[in-house]
Amino acid sequence: MTLATGLDTRFGALGSNAIRPDGAAKVQGGFAFSSDMWAENMLWGATLRSPHPHARLVDLDVTEAWKIAGVECIVTADDVPGAPNYGLIMQDQPVFARVGDVVRYRGEPILAVAADHPETCRRALAAVKVTYEVLEPVTDAERCIDGSAPSIHPLGNVFRHQRIITGDQSLVGEIQVEGTYEIGMQDQAFLGLEAALAVPDSGGDGVELYIATQWLHEDRKQIAACLDMPEDKVRLVLGGVGGAFGAREDISLQVHTCLLALRTGRPVRIAYSREESFYGHVHRHPATIWMRHHADATGRILRIESRMVFDGGAYCSTSPAVLINAITHAQGPYKCVNATVDGWALRTNNPPCGAMRGFGVVQACFAHESQMDKLAAAAGVSPVEIRLRNAMETGDRLITGQIMDSVAPVARCITETDRIPLPAPLPDDAHELLIPGGTGLTALPSNIRRGIGWGVSIKNLMYSEGFDDFSTARCRIADGAVHVKFATAEVGQGFVMLAQQIARTVLGVDDVFLDPIDTQVGSAGSTSASRQTWMSGGAVDAACRAVREELLDRVAADRGLVRAEMRVEGTNIVDSLTGTTIAVGEVIGNYDIDRTVEYRHPATEDLDEDGHGNCHVAFAFVAHRAVVDVDPDLGLVKVVQIATAQDVGRVLNPLSVQGQVEGGIAQGLGLAVMEEIIVTDGKVRNPSFTDYLLPTFLDAPTVDMILIEEHEPKSPLGAKGVGEPPCVSVTPAIANAIRDAVGRELPRVPIRPFDICI
Amino acid sequence: MTVPSDPANESYRLDVNGSDREVTDAWVGESLLYVLRERLGLPGAKGACEQGECGSCTVIMDDRAVCSCLVLAASATESRILTVESLGDDGRLSDVQQAFLDAGGVQCGFCTPGFIVAVHHLLDRNPQPDDEEIKEALSGNICRCTGYGRILEAVKVVARGRAHGGVA
Amino acid sequence: MPVLRPRSVDHLLHLLADTPDASVLAGGTDMMVEINLHGRRPGTVLPIGSLEELREWEHQRRAGTVTIGAAVPYADMETGELADLVPALAQAARTVGSPQIRAAGTIGGNLGTCSPAGDILPVLSALDAIIHVLHRDHSRDLLFSDFMTGVKRNSLRPGEFVHSVTVPVTRGWQGYAKVGTRNAMVISTASACLVHDADEGHVALALGAVAPTIVRASKAEAWLSQQVDLRGSFSVSIEIAQEFGRRAASETSPISDHRSTADYRRHAVSVLARRLLERSAT
Repeated sequence: MTLATGLDTRFGALGSNAIRPDGAAKVQGGFAFSSDMWAENMLWGATLRSPHPHARLVDLDVTEAWKIAGVECIVTADDVPGAPNYGLIMQDQPVFARVGDVVRYRGEPILAVAADHPETCRRALAAVKVTYEVLEPVTDAERCIDGSAPSIHPLGNVFRHQRIITGDQSLVGEIQVEGTYEIGMQDQAFLGLEAALAVPDSGGDGVELYIATQWLHEDRKQIAACLDMPEDKVRLVLGGVGGAFGAREDISLQVHTCLLALRTGRPVRIAYSREESFYGHVHRHPATIWMRHHADATGRILRIESRMVFDGGAYCSTSPAVLINAITHAQGPYKCVNATVDGWALRTNNPPCGAMRGFGVVQACFAHESQMDKLAAAAGVSPVEIRLRNAMETGDRLITGQIMDSVAPVARCITETDRIPLPAPLPDDAHELLIPGGTGLTALPSNIRRGIGWGVSIKNLMYSEGFDDFSTARCRIADGAVHVKFATAEVGQGFVMLAQQIARTVLGVDDVFLDPIDTQVGSAGSTSASRQTWMSGGAVDAACRAVREELLDRVAADRGLVRAEMRVEGTNIVDSLTGTTIAVGEVIGNYDIDRTVEYRHPATEDLDEDGHGNCHVAFAFVAHRAVVDVDPDLGLVKVVQIATAQDVGRVLNPLSVQGQVEGGIAQGLGLAVMEEIIVTDGKVRNPSFTDYLLPTFLDAPTVDMILIEEHEPKSPLGAKGVGEPPCVSVTPAIANAIRDAVGRELPRVPIRPFDICI
Repeated sequence: MTVPSDPANESYRLDVNGSDREVTDAWVGESLLYVLRERLGLPGAKGACEQGECGSCTVIMDDRAVCSCLVLAASATESRILTVESLGDDGRLSDVQQAFLDAGGVQCGFCTPGFIVAVHHLLDRNPQPDDEEIKEALSGNICRCTGYGRILEAVKVVARGRAHGGVA
Repeated sequence: MPVLRPRSVDHLLHLLADTPDASVLAGGTDMMVEINLHGRRPGTVLPIGSLEELREWEHQRRAGTVTIGAAVPYADMETGELADLVPALAQAARTVGSPQIRAAGTIGGNLGTCSPAGDILPVLSALDAIIHVLHRDHSRDLLFSDFMTGVKRNSLRPGEFVHSVTVPVTRGWQGYAKVGTRNAMVISTASACLVHDADEGHVALALGAVAPTIVRASKAEAWLSQQVDLRGSFSVSIEIAQEFGRRAASETSPISDHRSTADYRRHAVSVLARRLLERSAT
């Protein structure tokens, strides 16, 4: 266990509510998001997209578009110099659709235009004449399993099929409960719309791209391949990111913007509208999950069966990994030794799906937590008791055969949550804003029924299945100042703040300068999978320690002190032998030190064909209890309180952790009762904030939380990632609460008013 | 940046943050949000939906908090417009801005300017709002990162501070 | 698409009559969405937001009416004396969009757009509002039911615009309710306005978002009048309230769309009608 030595209660050090370094600029409106980036002589770019979910691109006529004054450039598939396709796992997604080939989803890019004003771009796109031969879309993922659907891509319609076969395959429990659960397509709906500014090098053989993304180096790899340029000629700089939640893992406008810039020799900005954003990024996989739990008479789980079908839409993105996450979490945070799980991720002409906060575990958790309430009822015990009875512990063997070697305080998460007081009942004279329906004045308190529901989850941290994941950080002392450099994408989660806290704590300084976030340092991996605190925090910590070691070496040598007796305590270098105390600030001006470190986590394994292998690095746990008021006649819902105890390992910044928990809960609430991309015949019906509803201030519940700090020994800072767990089990907790209030099965989320009352 | 030879270009003047600002040869369909960001060097207001459903573009126009994406810039020539850039004093943060930072109410920050403007507007009119009044006044500002908890806390801190004689 | 600011209502009328492709711009909350997102490129735009006369409202005490200028923003209807005079209007105004939308959006805009989900429109229907339409050469007064003719269609002729709206100040309970899928900033799935006129002995019920136009549930109203003496205060049994709701729902023709289903909308109307009636009774 590697914690900073000595007590450090300074404001700004690890454990304190340090103020984020980009905060002042953000509250003043001066922080530069990628959509704020501007360059002299800049052109605007825009993308033409297919209106059809499945069609052959027969002809593309741009003659009329070129005649519009102000149009400077039009690029199509023919103008892509390098790889025509890209993708995180399979390179199956075209930069632009090719004439003679097929478009596979509504919104697929056809071409891009650069012009002097967004309005000119709009007119140019409207003037392009595209001829399509409309084809029947494949929209039912089941037909890709039974083979009745035609293949819609040379690489086929199956992204991944994986089973988990463990233990007794014929065991039947005295208690059996089952259900078929559906999870609708959620959208990340980050506020900071996609935008990029590409500035071509004067020689035209390179480009600098200012981009809001989750992984600079992975973007660069794909862009360079498509542009047929060496990677060092494609320089990426992180533009301010207005949220990500998984939607920026895949590239969207990066290659398009660079192509236009290189062709025109001028800087080009592309900025998506909200509608285009809905088409321009991947969504959470809609899924259908059948589950059956076998238990003994006391409700102890003996075996689980599950069949999971994930609709990955038109292109692969990260579907195979999402599926693995889902099936390996089928057992939930519960002991289980026998399992039969069958999982499919499939290609259809529905909108492409990929990473979203929770990454497959959200769907699995909705199923297993819905099941647990059924199991409780069948066993005649409470929802709390059934979960305590089955709670996983460190040392348990998972259905994949992996031993749970993370801290696993599942029972404690449940009991601590249970101790949080319930809210007061809705008073007879309740303010209208406290009643479901709010200012719509649809109900009086006497019309309302309250329900309580539980959800508990396990969530893997970091990447899986043998992925060689690492993060890089550079720490240097120069001119008496500490500088830290990394490529970690700050998307709002506060890593820039954490990096300073780490450096302050390790090196005993107050001022830590962060160098620009770009590809001039090694990869930090993706801001995903709740991994950055562990991985990039680990890298920054390791780089700072390396600098500290060298600093102490050199101070010892210069001052004739015994190196082994020296350490940093607070803001001083202390020699315990002589009692010498030297302020760090006094000496760092004397040295130039520069260390770059790569941090890696212990290796993981692939799953074999029976789904066995040590495929995950570590896990975090959380419990949620939802109190919900329901108008049973109108089906309107108000989530009153979410109580939660989350296994966080160590709290490095209390307000920051609180913000992640509250924000994640809001997203889980959205999936429970209001958020869904509605797709009919492959077409998105609601690509706007009018009809894709995000929780507002009036939808947010009171959140009462306990943060459980049992230091995770494998984690470099003792902390676990906190970003995803808050959004995973809150969705079934709310569903279970609504079920408690109205007594319906409600097997699908989001639960809509007509599900409750019709 | 202009649309050349376009019959629908206009030139006009806007009163922004206390100054007269010239807008020359602009496509007439531009929203106030676009003009502030792209022509007047005031990128604080953000665009996240262009239809008044998120509040990220909130500005004050004639003492009302409105969505600048829904204002036709060329029609706003008789209005007094205040943006987030007008808040604070000489580069120092206003009490609202500081409270957002101290309370952990800023994550990605995209919604933040809109919230800051809306909160200033609320507290200038209703210095001691209760929780429900705060939530209703801010129900037009969407945040995707924070879940609103730390923002509510920030507003309450400012209200308490002003009640005890703090500087607005 | 030039922008021409009229200096007076008179000037506006002349501009409207002379420029066939002119559009009146009030709060912008509908027009700008059309421009930003749906490619609308209006002809001449005539901003009327600063015409003082259109931003005023007046209580005609003797006549027992209130006249509201077309450019009065929703925010001004939510509280204060106007809200006391026409409480259902205040309740409806409070549900429009967001505070920012309410600061800019206007009653004239809601009428100009004439969406079946327009939040104010059921109130105007239930109150039998008079819409004052002006043209350079004439003026017309229209009952709301004659003004709205279909989905986003009204009976304005070229050169005409909505100047103001007059509603009665009634003695008796009135209320509005709107169903949406979250607790703020929603387009109505179904809405209802009930006005009890204690002097006339009548209950009016108007329903929104459940037909191509606002529905006056006149059959349900007539049935109720036969069951209960509605002069002064009254009481209703649960059975009567439920039957009232059922009958109101049967007068609607809702659609199923991405927001909701026809079945739900019909059901929601029956619940809203029943609850509003129960609230209006003692």
